[in-house]
Amino acid sequence: MDRPEHAFPWRRFVAKPLLFGAALIPFGLLVHGAAVGDLGANPLERVTHTTGDWGLRFLLLTLAMTPLRQLTAWSGWLTFRRMLGLFAFFYVSLHFLTWIWLDQELRWANMLADIAKRPFVTVGFVAWLLLLPLALTSTRAMMRRLGRHWKRLHRTVYAVAVLGVLHFLWLVKADLLEPLIYAAVLFVLLLVRWRPGLLKRPPLSTRALDAR
Amino acid sequence: MLIRRHGDIRSSEITPADVYAQRRAFLKAAAAAGVGAALSGPAAALVAPAGQRDAIAGVVETPHGRGLELTDYEFVTQYNNFYEFGTDKADPAENAHTLRTRPWNVVVDGECEAPGEIGIEDILTGFTQEERIYRLRCVEAWAMVVPWIGFPLGDLLRRFKPTSRANYVRFETLLDPEQMPGQRRAILDWPYREGLRMDEAMHPLTILATGLYGEVLPNQNGAPLRLVVPWKYGFKSIKSIVRISFVHGVPETTWWRMAPDEYGFYANVNPSVDHPRWSQARHRVLGEGLFSRKHETPMFNGYADQVAHLYKDMDLRKFY
Ligand code: HEM
Repeated sequence: MDRPEHAFPWRRFVAKPLLFGAALIPFGLLVHGAAVGDLGANPLERVTHTTGDWGLRFLLLTLAMTPLRQLTAWSGWLTFRRMLGLFAFFYVSLHFLTWIWLDQELRWANMLADIAKRPFVTVGFVAWLLLLPLALTSTRAMMRRLGRHWKRLHRTVYAVAVLGVLHFLWLVKADLLEPLIYAAVLFVLLLVRWRPGLLKRPPLSTRALDAR
Repeated sequence: MLIRRHGDIRSSEITPADVYAQRRAFLKAAAAAGVGAALSGPAAALVAPAGQRDAIAGVVETPHGRGLELTDYEFVTQYNNFYEFGTDKADPAENAHTLRTRPWNVVVDGECEAPGEIGIEDILTGFTQEERIYRLRCVEAWAMVVPWIGFPLGDLLRRFKPTSRANYVRFETLLDPEQMPGQRRAILDWPYREGLRMDEAMHPLTILATGLYGEVLPNQNGAPLRLVVPWKYGFKSIKSIVRISFVHGVPETTWWRMAPDEYGFYANVNPSVDHPRWSQARHRVLGEGLFSRKHETPMFNGYADQVAHLYKDMDLRKFY
């Protein structure tokens, strides 16, 4: 897998910028839609749903990198993990800001009451709170400073994803199909996280075959 | 209890009379010529029908809702909750073409002396079709203003001579997964059912709608016949009705069955009784921009002066 020192750093100069640009597309479409007034009949709902959906998708994509490395034996996946995690934080924060500013219209007392009494809001808020320290400690310097604690801290991202899916399940009116799809994806990701053996390909030596 | 009156509707919800007159003239011209006019550019919504549906003949104008700014035709017809055709707001407009609205018969039965059946053509010719501009407030905290065509429900009910035992009316939507693909999954307990107390059903504001914007109802809006009860949340206004029954005792309704703590039988628009998951104090009006302010939701959706007496001695926190 290791490349010679002088090889062109594709990951740094091609793959990552491409991913960065792609991850900004949903945001770009929202900004464009807001600018020309083309966000449909209910723009607030469009923005809330788009940012919520992409927040959750980026969370799950972040969690998928380690299993992908195991599956493909390509360590390159891990170089995308931080960027994906930060995009999850970006979209969820936009989602939260949309709620604060456009949905609640800065009525702070209302917001506190909502966080306290509506379980789906409580869960979303806790998920965002838990994401915050992860975003703040995502730099290389913080990683070095925290040492082994860093890894433990960043495992919280699994809890964030669980809360994110729960949030979605609780806010749906009748049709649970969509949140259940996210729940199923998360379930698989959690399964391979705690049972990494599931992804290891069985050794192909004759001895292994004989032993069966 | 807080009761707000008509006067509390924000003035921004009301267009100057000349703009309104202009829009009406435009609608008439569009309907007459059988052509619609879409503005150009991505932001332009279709403000009036494009003349693809039949116009309803002999529509009588009424003072109802005069002065309210109409929600663009495009939003009225492309942002719908009609789970029979999918749960996304855009689904009904896309999928409802499978609904066959002719022939269409409505069975009227139950506690009445003259049960029977009435066809949609007889409904269209047998009752004076009026234009009524009503606010529609969805339980999801958005609202629109629709120029319905229809007639008082009471006029139809009386023809079937309800008996004194009948104190509620029950409504049922078509059940046919072939025509309504959303019914293939048990998202709700199909067919959709709704109900009204007899005095609510007989109230002059309660109408059966056959059209909007001068034309027959688009399928996604509940063609060919739907209920419109402007002081209640939108889900009470059941679509594509095939059966109306006079009953004794409160009928079971679909959303109430689904989540009784969220959707009551009365479902009167009430800013002081929250949905468990969101406040009902304010709403967005469809078609307004992302950064526009929300509107205060008036008690009974602004129809308090006409309907508050129906609920005089009731605890509306309990009977939500
Ligand atoms: C990790 C954190 C979060 C994630 C992953 C998340 C994700 C989502 C998703 C996927 C949806 C549904 C979108 C759709 O229906 O297409 C949603 C809706 C929503 N979220 Fe979040 N969210 C998070 C945090 C929050 C926070 C902090 C708030 C506010 C305090 C919030 C408020 C809402 C609201 C108001 C809705 C719309 C509910 C409705 O349509 O009835 N969310 N969110």
